[in-house]
Amino acid sequence: MASVSTNQFKGGLKFMLDGDPCSIIENELVKPGKGQAFNRVKFRNLKTGRVNERTFKSGDSVESADVMEVELEYSYTDGEFWYFMDPETFEQHTADANAVEDCLKWLKEQYVYTVTQWNGTPLLVTAPNFVNLAVTDTDPGLKGDTAGTGGKPATLETGAVVRVPLFMSIGEVLKIDTRSGEYVERAKDA
Amino acid sequence: MSAIENNWQPTAEIDTLKKRAQYLADVRLFFAERDVWEVETPILSQAAPTAPYLDSFSTDYIPIGTQTKQTHYLQTSPEFAMKRLLAVGSGSIYQIARVFRNGEQGKLHSPEFTMLEWYRPELSLNQLIDEVNSLLQQVFGFKPVCRLSYRGIFEFYLKLNVFSCSDEAIKHCAQQHITGLPEDLETDRDGWLEILMSYIIEPRLAAMNLPLFIYDFPASQAQLAKIKTDCDGYQVADRFELYINGVELANGYSELQDANELRQRFEHDNQQRTKQNKPIMPLDENLLAAMKHGLPECSGVALGLDRLIMLALDKQAINQVQSFNC
Repeated sequence: MASVSTNQFKGGLKFMLDGDPCSIIENELVKPGKGQAFNRVKFRNLKTGRVNERTFKSGDSVESADVMEVELEYSYTDGEFWYFMDPETFEQHTADANAVEDCLKWLKEQYVYTVTQWNGTPLLVTAPNFVNLAVTDTDPGLKGDTAGTGGKPATLETGAVVRVPLFMSIGEVLKIDTRSGEYVERAKDA
Repeated sequence: MSAIENNWQPTAEIDTLKKRAQYLADVRLFFAERDVWEVETPILSQAAPTAPYLDSFSTDYIPIGTQTKQTHYLQTSPEFAMKRLLAVGSGSIYQIARVFRNGEQGKLHSPEFTMLEWYRPELSLNQLIDEVNSLLQQVFGFKPVCRLSYRGIFEFYLKLNVFSCSDEAIKHCAQQHITGLPEDLETDRDGWLEILMSYIIEPRLAAMNLPLFIYDFPASQAQLAKIKTDCDGYQVADRFELYINGVELANGYSELQDANELRQRFEHDNQQRTKQNKPIMPLDENLLAAMKHGLPECSGVALGLDRLIMLALDKQAINQVQSFNC
């Protein structure tokens, strides 16, 4: 496996630490005028998602991590694993509950998701910023209410619950911002 | 437009660069009013500082028509040449110099930066601190400074007597207070002290909105300063560092005058370099000869001008006050 020196550290660099793949968030050179140099690194452990800090002596090396991001289409789940397909090669990839945890409520068949892979195994599945989902359950719509006075909860086809305006009814397709989990507007199509 | 297409543009705004020009003019006026005259010394030298953690750029001088190469170094500070001027009776001098430090790149570091360095034969180290204070207030609009000893600041923030405690106690203190220090991280006593300073003390100083002078450093960190005995009988380096908002800005010495002692320190540095597999540096024999001839008793200080202007203009990184990055 290739190694990377601290002088190549920068945001986004993937490296191995204590057996886990990590991604650098911030790298800071700590060096008093005539004193020794250290790299103070803030990183995310890509397996646990946790953010941590580690100090390296400048000039030290770490092992680089074979981490890449691919765009895969979600196929189905058997309840234990979630199956994704490469739309070009039709190759199937299997993600576990850990990897899909954050985007479970936005997972819809045939949608394309960004999958972070380490040594070919999906580590993290990230939803696109916007998804269009149909309302499967909500209180009856109130015609004429367009003021948006707080709205009401609506359950979507993926199981996610979002606040929607009072006039929305079952069957309508909504555009949702997955980063905030908020309703954006009525979708033109699914 | 992509990042690469934009790379030709300055890293600082034009408005900022104009303010920088005004600061430079005001600094020159400040010294003119005090009869400190501006000097220029060569950037290239055949000798280089020996400090183990200071890496000089080197280049080759090749006389026309020959294949011979003479290694030359780019200065990391104008100190050596300025001291040779002092030794022939220049009196008080200052320089705004371009200096170069290999490998240093970051928010507060640049391999090439501007140093304001000055020497005052008639001032004590305390009087020099007063003068730095005046410069900070008059030219850069900072508040009056505080002063704290190196020992005092470690006692205050970490309850550690850095002159009497063991190496192990300092290491333990660092491991206890700082997250993310690997257990097998190896460094010496001064290395651990520097880590505590950078990780624990500097962020606390950042919260304190006053410039701070730290003085009386451990003798092992004397660099080119005299060593004296403090009021409690500890051997201390007669030097100071200036911090503003937790950023290290300036380094001042009561200048070492003893040529033999300086040679010993240079040689000790080179031994450290050998241990670290770094090249040994050619000693500046011209400086040593000048000191043998006689360096007047004097105080001197080197101040990172880019960092100072960055703080004065409330910027976050030094490249925001430098026209371009190399």
